[in-house]
Amino acid sequence: MIINKLQLNSPDDVGSGMPRPPQARPGIRRRELMLTTATTLLFSTHAVLARVVQDSLPWEQNAGSPPTEATPGPWTYFTAEEGATVEALVDRLIPPDPQTPGGKDAGCAVFIDRQLAGPYGTAEELYMRGPFADGTPQQGNQSPLTPAVRYREALAALDKYCRATYAGRSFTQIPDNDKDKLLSGLEKGQVHLEGTSGRAFFELLLQNTQEGFFADPVYGGNRNMVGWKMIGYPGARYDYRDWVDRHNERYPLPPVGITGRPEWVRKAQ
Amino acid sequence: MARKLPATDVLIVGLGWTGSILAHELARSGLNIVAIERGPWRDTATDFPPAYAQDELRYHIRHDLFLRPAQLTMTFRNRASETALPIRSWGSFMPPNGVGGGGVHWNAETWRFLPSDFQMKTHLTERYGEKFLPGDMTIQDWGITYDELEPYYDKFEYLCGTSGKAGNIKGQIQTGGNPFEGARAREYPTPPQKQPYGPTLFAQAAKDMGYKPFPQPSGNLSQAYTNPLGITLGPCTYCGFCEWFGCGNYSKASPQTTILPALVRQPNFEARTQCEVLKINLDGSGKRATGVTYVDTSGNEWEQPADLVLLCAFQLFNVHLLLVSGIGKPYDPRANEGVIGRNYSYQVTSSVDAFFDDKIFNPFIASGSIGMCIDEFNGDNFDHGPHGFVGGGYMGAVQTNGRPLQTTRTPKGTPRWGLEWKEAVAKNYLSNYEAVTHGSCCSYRDVYCDLDPTYTDRFGRKLMRITFDFHENELKMSQYLTGRLAEVVQKMGPRQFETKPRRGPYDVTVYQTTHTCGGAIMGADPKSSALNRYLQSWDVSNLFVMGATAFPQNAGYNPTDTVGALAYWAADAIVKQYLKSPGPLVQI
Repeated sequence: MIINKLQLNSPDDVGSGMPRPPQARPGIRRRELMLTTATTLLFSTHAVLARVVQDSLPWEQNAGSPPTEATPGPWTYFTAEEGATVEALVDRLIPPDPQTPGGKDAGCAVFIDRQLAGPYGTAEELYMRGPFADGTPQQGNQSPLTPAVRYREALAALDKYCRATYAGRSFTQIPDNDKDKLLSGLEKGQVHLEGTSGRAFFELLLQNTQEGFFADPVYGGNRNMVGWKMIGYPGARYDYRDWVDRHNERYPLPPVGITGRPEWVRKAQ
Repeated sequence: MARKLPATDVLIVGLGWTGSILAHELARSGLNIVAIERGPWRDTATDFPPAYAQDELRYHIRHDLFLRPAQLTMTFRNRASETALPIRSWGSFMPPNGVGGGGVHWNAETWRFLPSDFQMKTHLTERYGEKFLPGDMTIQDWGITYDELEPYYDKFEYLCGTSGKAGNIKGQIQTGGNPFEGARAREYPTPPQKQPYGPTLFAQAAKDMGYKPFPQPSGNLSQAYTNPLGITLGPCTYCGFCEWFGCGNYSKASPQTTILPALVRQPNFEARTQCEVLKINLDGSGKRATGVTYVDTSGNEWEQPADLVLLCAFQLFNVHLLLVSGIGKPYDPRANEGVIGRNYSYQVTSSVDAFFDDKIFNPFIASGSIGMCIDEFNGDNFDHGPHGFVGGGYMGAVQTNGRPLQTTRTPKGTPRWGLEWKEAVAKNYLSNYEAVTHGSCCSYRDVYCDLDPTYTDRFGRKLMRITFDFHENELKMSQYLTGRLAEVVQKMGPRQFETKPRRGPYDVTVYQTTHTCGGAIMGADPKSSALNRYLQSWDVSNLFVMGATAFPQNAGYNPTDTVGALAYWAADAIVKQYLKSPGPLVQI
């Protein structure tokens, strides 16, 4: 998702990421390999061109690609209507309570939006060659739909279903009780959406919502680390040597994320 | 059209654990060695810095360190009567990619197999009679004994610095270790890791019941350790990001932390990364490998001639490359003939989820291989006569992680969403505990790999097709093992617990382990094995095939220690026998 994107780069894209040739030891093999013009890169951003490693470890700046922070601001994939619907959906899957915000205020919809706008949304890393056929549940998802397309189709079908069922109202306008009944119907396969699988959409939405609630805040969800605070998870800490044999004691330090404590960093949207 | 490169002495396909071990051992003989690796170069400081290594979404949920299914996948079906369909997104197992291979992202559980595991067929037949085994079970002896492999287990563990407590040193049972293990020559290189609360409670309960608990042998080190290559690992800090992740601490044994810094300085070694081997080439006789053809990221094809080819890719890809290269006779389950794709096997895991009212386990204080285990129900350590199955597994409290997307378990009956779910997650995160069994998997006539008739990869090669389901023997075993585990868990005093034995059918979407095995197995008979006891191809004597590919069936342990030991065993045979007189090392 973040690195090693499947993409076809133009030669211009390659420039800065091209690894410097190692200190050359003469040899035709080396030159032939290293001087090959790279026109097509598969599964790569920078620094992952075919290369020769010899003599020393090939240290390279940012070889592992640090994560890209979710950008603040408006929706990147959803339309305004879609975004509002997803906010309403995630707030029923994870409702607010007196201690912890719900999915909407935790940023789950923002998280999903940013994920769908990236390589996850387009399923570009998955095997998407045909023929596509329905299999057994044990054979896994065989749909040609990417996550982004599935959201788009299902949200449109959900809107149509709501307006037909609830006197012209959208999902955002119906009472929580009806929202929950509808979600439960999708989960059980009892509510059918036109032209798309309501159940498959529900499963994807539930998975992505929980991801948005518990993933590192750098991706736009888990805002203020509410998901981590709720369960007592200290986040991206790296050293518990003093604590491993302190049994049955609550760990005292608050969570940290990849970008630090929530009050130190800007927030997405 | 592939452009031909000047020949090299040794060509290694895949630079993970086995490729690194073979390259290092053979480089000392002065041979020119080229390793071709499909994925990128990876190193600790550049690729898994603690600044962002602890990213559950990126590495665990989105599979960042693994092969992309778009690059290569397999098709799968439970039985031959079904149509296999592609595994479009990884689930049950996680095929590695890149330098270090699975050694980058394993949990580092470093177990030896039992002596009887290597003679499973003979041992079980002698003890229970031939009729005790199901008729379609195809388990075999390995063609090698534990005693022969012991020095190489020792070598791999001392390379890694494995932390543990010996249970049997030269036949003397040691207090605090695993009394069932085969005799080892000496103590582990480093003492066991510290144990958190859950494993400590489990060990006490097990001890009270008369079992002999011991610390799980760990490749995440309890203290700093300098290995025989002069490379130093640091102590594990119990961060709980091991499996699916690279270690940013130099604490987890991997090719990066134990071999590569020494290997890469050998003047006669070079690695080519982001280069994918398309096939192994044969001469006109079909009996000799002439090298490989590979493609680089520019789409250029290269032919790399070599005198000796070492196939060191991950198990599934070794079998795939043999099939697409036309090496060895493909297995035909109807005729029960052929060897490539035969005896595919896996691992049978299960769990007991327990929920407590008065305990705080701090599950995030973890290492991929801490934990307290018992081995009373592994291998043939107990009498199978009354039970009607063979095989077994270790079990215990193994605290690998507290990452929230993976470990927010809720009691049975809890809704999957909504306020009730949220409250259950908040209430149980710190106070639930999952104990596990790690069981063996026998091989069967109708479980195998071959080439798929329909689906292809981006180069037009046929995908490999896996036909696999759990058999009754394994499901009975899991039922029995999980029941014994539940008794220990109950003694730990939970409010409630749920016993979750493995049930069929096998589901390729649910992560279990990455311990896929077999498909080109070692043995004593070329009719039923692809490799001889030195992991040398019976058909092509200048080709050796490493990894769990060679396991005739899987034992009730994690495979890496045995994979490492077999690599050293094969390297020794190549250096001491093959190079002096190239040709078949076993005459038939």
